[in-house]
Amino acid sequence: MYQASETINHKVETKMTENPLPGKRKSQLVDRNVRETVGQAKVPNFRMRCENVNVYYQFGEKKAINNVTLDIGKNEVIAMIGPSGCGKSTFIRCLNRMNDTIEGCRVEGTILLDDTDIYDKKIDVVPLRARIGMVFQKPNPFPKSIYDNIAYGPKIHGLVQNRQETDELVEQSLKRAGLWNEVKDRLTQPGTGLSGGQQQRLCIARTIAVNPEVILMDEPCSALDPIATAVIEDLIDELKKEYSIAIVTHSMQQASRVSQRTAFFHMGDLIEIGPTDQIFLSPLHQLTNDYITGRFG
Amino acid sequence: MNKPENTTSGSVRTVDLVQKGLARRYKAEKRFRRMGLCAISFSLLCLAVLFISIFGSGYSAFQQTVIELDIVLDPSGLNPNNLAGADFNGLVKTALYNMFPEVKDRGEKKKLLSLLSSGAAYKLADFVKAHPDRIGKALSLWVPADDDVDMLMKGHINRNLPETERRLNDQQISWIEALEEQGKIKKKFNTTFFTAGDSREPELAGIWGATCGSFYTLVITLILSFPIGVAAAVYLEEFAPKNRFTDIIEVNINNLAAVPSIVFGLLGLAVFLNFFELPRSSSLVGGLVLTLMTLPTIIIAGRAALKSVPPSIREAALGVGASKTQMVAHHVLPLAMPGMLTGTIIGMARALGETAPLLMIGMVAFIVDIPGGFTDPSTALPVQIFLWADSPERGFMEKTSAAIMVLLVFLVIMNSAAVYLRKKYEKRW
Repeated sequence: MYQASETINHKVETKMTENPLPGKRKSQLVDRNVRETVGQAKVPNFRMRCENVNVYYQFGEKKAINNVTLDIGKNEVIAMIGPSGCGKSTFIRCLNRMNDTIEGCRVEGTILLDDTDIYDKKIDVVPLRARIGMVFQKPNPFPKSIYDNIAYGPKIHGLVQNRQETDELVEQSLKRAGLWNEVKDRLTQPGTGLSGGQQQRLCIARTIAVNPEVILMDEPCSALDPIATAVIEDLIDELKKEYSIAIVTHSMQQASRVSQRTAFFHMGDLIEIGPTDQIFLSPLHQLTNDYITGRFG
Repeated sequence: MNKPENTTSGSVRTVDLVQKGLARRYKAEKRFRRMGLCAISFSLLCLAVLFISIFGSGYSAFQQTVIELDIVLDPSGLNPNNLAGADFNGLVKTALYNMFPEVKDRGEKKKLLSLLSSGAAYKLADFVKAHPDRIGKALSLWVPADDDVDMLMKGHINRNLPETERRLNDQQISWIEALEEQGKIKKKFNTTFFTAGDSREPELAGIWGATCGSFYTLVITLILSFPIGVAAAVYLEEFAPKNRFTDIIEVNINNLAAVPSIVFGLLGLAVFLNFFELPRSSSLVGGLVLTLMTLPTIIIAGRAALKSVPPSIREAALGVGASKTQMVAHHVLPLAMPGMLTGTIIGMARALGETAPLLMIGMVAFIVDIPGGFTDPSTALPVQIFLWADSPERGFMEKTSAAIMVLLVFLVIMNSAAVYLRKKYEKRW
């Protein structure tokens, strides 16, 4: 704890020196009633770009996301934080069109993956979801063997031709998810028999087995103990070398540990977005400041 | 922790209030439990009464009275190449008359002969056909006795009643007693009951014909209703848009499940028999009618099973890029299968016990032959029970109970299979 606070202090100091008007920082905070996004939403080197995204539930009766614009950069981990019900899960589910399955849900705006609009009528959602993988809040392995859990995705997409290739891919995926040593002797046993943390890593292995370009994680550690969480966070660090990762989290510590950029959502609005350090150390918006200092949420 | 006398603190007062109401709450709980116990005991009692009465009146049907005849297979009347024309009836008569040489009067001879079942000659014919080498030799053969003799031997006819009040007169009883003394009459296990078709004579009637009819009917029902029911359930639950039209379909399916089964019989009569002119009384039509009756049950059970598959599994499948059909076929359907199978077997068990619709399509006809296929005229187990229960002969009474026992055994087997399948394929997630 002591060390951690020291680091933060150090970072604050560096931030403060970067701030052109350090003394007036408090008064510079954007008023809490301003709903426009503060901060740099766009990055030059983006993998996914969302522009003016609106999401409605119940056939347009309820608006869940209001005019959100943000980019997900290449090889970047972007964290989405905010109080419960702020729409961060809804937003992340738009990114691989998982909301299509919800009756009465409508998405407006543009979401680009590289240069293609994923909500274009011509886009087939099946290959899209192969390109944008998703890890869910509750570990949800298939009630099949560990091996079949990993092999299922590659098989249906035709990424593997024979048993040997499948074996290799399964081993490789499990190794990248840091699960290989724990399960290599029981690949034929059901995936549901693993512990919670192992199950979640199995789900991550299942996602990366399809070799996606973007991985969406919807509170991947909310059901896990601190040790399992630490393992997964290390894994995310490792994975960002190859993938772009968007992670929804309730834990601000986790966001600060794993992400490069952070987006703060509040009641369907993207309030503030920026480099993680900046969000946590010198937020620009009053709401962000209140949230990260624990005044609400 | 807090002592009761410490009444000033608020928490103690709460405890006191709770204590005060506690006795009443426990009482209510006990009353509720007793009510449940009463309900269960009552239903168990009813079940026990049902089983005891059926078993009590039906167990004797598994035994049959037989009489031993000493028959001389006279080669002059028996041509091995034309056994169908042989007078087996005469041989049986001669053998019986030889046992009671004192009977000369024609009327008495007729009475004596009525002790034997009309099936005795068939029994002899079957024996000779199986063993043609025995022609010209003497043999002793156990042949079935008449059902009145059977009833007397089983104690269903009281020998001490006045002669006019029983079906066997004093002389016939004295003959039977003579046979008993010689050990030429006995009760043995009733194989006829399990191998024969229906008959006008209780001692020759069996349930094999009805069992085969039920089997063919259920095969048709299963191969039609299971795939159609599963496909309908999957489409309605997974693919159909939720709109007014599908709502109407859902309401209609739920209604159909509650339609009296005889209505389906009328429909079958009008559509399958009169319009399509399918063979009357056949298990094919019976199966079609029972399919219509079973489908709503299977669809409703199937939809419930599909609904119970957790959404996390669906999301997981979609998340790795499975198409909707792949999600359903690879993940949802296997997980829903135990529930679907249970629903199907329960529907089939209901179909097995269904009588009313079969009456409408002619499966109530008196059919002696064992059906050999789907288009042969046949009857079914519950209809056979209905037919026998309607017959005046005392011998059919025990047959009715015995047939009910057989039907119950089949039902228990099917329901156990449902439980077994559910337990076996149930997966945890």
